[in-house]
Amino acid sequence: MTDGERLESLLRSALTPVEPPEALSDRLERALSELTEAAAVELADLDPAEMRDPRNWVRPAAAVVVGSLAGGALVVVRARQRQRKRGGSLRSLERAVREVADDLEKRLRG
Amino acid sequence: MDGVADKHKLDRDFTDLYRAHLRDVYSYAYYRIGNHHDAEDLTEQTFLQAYRHFERAQRESDGRPLRPWLIRIAHNLAANYYRDRARRPLTQLEDAAVLTAPQDTESVVEGREHVREVLEGVSQLPDDRREALIMRFALGMDNREIAGALDRSEGATKVLIHRAIRQLEEKLAEDGDD
Repeated sequence: MTDGERLESLLRSALTPVEPPEALSDRLERALSELTEAAAVELADLDPAEMRDPRNWVRPAAAVVVGSLAGGALVVVRARQRQRKRGGSLRSLERAVREVADDLEKRLRG
Repeated sequence: MDGVADKHKLDRDFTDLYRAHLRDVYSYAYYRIGNHHDAEDLTEQTFLQAYRHFERAQRESDGRPLRPWLIRIAHNLAANYYRDRARRPLTQLEDAAVLTAPQDTESVVEGREHVREVLEGVSQLPDDRREALIMRFALGMDNREIAGALDRSEGATKVLIHRAIRQLEEKLAEDGDD
């Protein structure tokens, strides 16, 4: 085995793939499936006849926000997780809510 | 309703992408940043961003694998992570599977020591060389994929990896002489 091959073999041993913690996989998977299901159900339930009345435009608008901007809801999940980590002070909760609101506002404008 | 069916398909495709590459993104984040806590955060942000832009990426990929695109998102987020917080990668990784295996024989201990030296050497390489080695050896990406993730040509990527290995070899030789 040449020096180069030996080093490549060592690199393979050193840089082994790292399994993500189970909690991270569960959290991400749950958040993604909740988001996508919520948006799909909301959109599927719409009755085209009802849509002529502007008073009924709130629900589809919300579904679009949840569906096409699903990242926003993931941000909510993250903010809640961060809130738990921070120990639950009122100030940090306010900050988390503000971050989420800013993030959603930016994306709604974009 | 076509829109709903399309959305279902898109979500299914994204779930497949997520399941296939969660370990890749996490491994990249871990070796790039050096601790599990921030690697989790970076992984989460990567998939968050990927979800936002998935439809467009899928449309533009023309059937090509999306792993380079996903790793590129992680690469950009990692760059922001260091820029915003003025942090550098840790010299010593928190821990890794290979370093926590039980020691029994002398050769295993010696092997672990070599691995530790290699990891330390990798962590001291310039960012682009370190990233290329992480992608090649931790994620098993080929030159074409690495080129896509780093936005370089395949030729430039081949040279980058060659130089990274040579620099690491020289560094390990120097350390061995000390």
